[in-house]
Amino acid sequence: MAYSEKVIDHYTNPRNVGTLDKSSHKVGTGLVGAPECGDVMRLQIQVDDNNMITDAKFKTFGCGSAIASSSLATEWLKGKSIDDAMKIDNMDIVEELALPPVKIHCSVLAEDAIKAAINDYRIKNGLEAIASEKVHH
Amino acid sequence: MNLPIYLDNNATTPMDPRVLEAMLPYFTSKFGNAASRNHPFGWVAEEAVDYAREQVAKLIGATEKEIIFTSGATESDNLAIKGVFEMYKEKGNHIITTVTEHKAVLDACKHVEKMGGRVTYLPVKEDGLVDLELLEQSMGSDTILVSVMYGNNEIGVIQPIREIAAITHKHGALFMTDAVQAVGKIPVDVIADGIDLLALSAHKIYGPKGVGALYVRRKGPRVKVTAQMDGGGHERGMRSGTLNVPGIVGLGKACELCMQEMESEAKRLSALRDKLQNSLLELEESYVNGNTTHRLPHVANISFKYVEGEGLMMAMKDLAVSSGSACTSASLEPSYVLKSLGLSDDLAHSSIRFGLGRFTTEEEVDYAIEVTKKSVLHLRDLSPLWEMFKEGVDLSKIEWAEH
Repeated sequence: MAYSEKVIDHYTNPRNVGTLDKSSHKVGTGLVGAPECGDVMRLQIQVDDNNMITDAKFKTFGCGSAIASSSLATEWLKGKSIDDAMKIDNMDIVEELALPPVKIHCSVLAEDAIKAAINDYRIKNGLEAIASEKVHH
Repeated sequence: MNLPIYLDNNATTPMDPRVLEAMLPYFTSKFGNAASRNHPFGWVAEEAVDYAREQVAKLIGATEKEIIFTSGATESDNLAIKGVFEMYKEKGNHIITTVTEHKAVLDACKHVEKMGGRVTYLPVKEDGLVDLELLEQSMGSDTILVSVMYGNNEIGVIQPIREIAAITHKHGALFMTDAVQAVGKIPVDVIADGIDLLALSAHKIYGPKGVGALYVRRKGPRVKVTAQMDGGGHERGMRSGTLNVPGIVGLGKACELCMQEMESEAKRLSALRDKLQNSLLELEESYVNGNTTHRLPHVANISFKYVEGEGLMMAMKDLAVSSGSACTSASLEPSYVLKSLGLSDDLAHSSIRFGLGRFTTEEEVDYAIEVTKKSVLHLRDLSPLWEMFKEGVDLSKIEWAEH
């Protein structure tokens, strides 16, 4: 199976690899997946006082598509408001990276990581977590 | 040095040009049907097949009448297991095999179960070898066949074939081995080893795809298998179908070359493999999978902890290797062979199989070492698990959300 050019690009030059201070109340951390399943994503966002995401970082254990999905997610997150970030759908990632059906779970994981990071931030700041009712494609 | 570099010789091997040369006339000028007894075209083909039969027999210490040509090892495995089951069902219905066998053996055994057979799938020890005591305990008066592979395709471990054969025979059963990865790579002798049936394939030993053989012992005891295809009664009634003469000629030539070069090749390859393995083990948290003493000379299966195999293969894009990870399969299940060694799923996902071959050079191995090391380090920089490990977090204590 060949990877799309965009997957290869993100994989070869991953954007925003790194770690934010997870103890800061301005930082939300989402850690999703499991080593047994072959992919784990950690996505972090830094949020300013206006609920805008000023920085995003990731680290991913997984295949090329998982790495590309999380790299892309950090790019999309930067500069977005929390509300807009909540609207990022896994199928947008699938479309942008031209992921084949067997790799859709990578995009699902990226969406889960975004939501987990946002909820971590909300809980740290005394807000309720937003439950995701979404049924994945 | 040409890129990409092929280090997946357990999957298949490139054909040796000398094999191709031997085959070529049998596609065009010497195209006869080996079963045509009435004209020279048939005789020429038959003669070529007979010669190939000798070449194959010689490599495994058999006689030419004991070689049945097939379309490959999958067919040989099926013919041996189903054929023995049908032929000996008066005597018993029990077959013993192991969990690390090739799918061709495992699925043929599943088929036998549907036909009323009983199959014991022996676990293996941590190093991938069969527990002989467990085998002995599993043998019964109704056991008709024990099928254990010679060398494993994923980790390269070599089973204690002689001991297994002795236990099998003590209990009056037949011993079969899928020797696809071992034949032509290490000495295999059906007499000394006590093998009653043996499956081999041409394309793993620098021959063409689509041809293989089944050795069926003729003396002490005389073994019979029920044909699995109906037709003209070729191959002493055990395998009907017009013989693939060019393929068979290629298999014969491939066997002859292995016979001549195996000893020096095994030395060369194990030195290269050891160099590769030792260099890669310099990386922290890297482990060899399977027994390293009883192992084929050209294989090393290594897990690089905290790095996912498929992602790693993508980084090593100039190396053709194989991974025990299966991120593309619907189940996301990693290799059943690695799991049966007791490897945790995450280590199984982190494994890479390096399979060297006749055309692998030292320059290529050096390049592979460099690329693999660089890629593992790069992916560890990207790995949250590596960061957590470095921080001293116990990953087994984390409640992962399995998906």
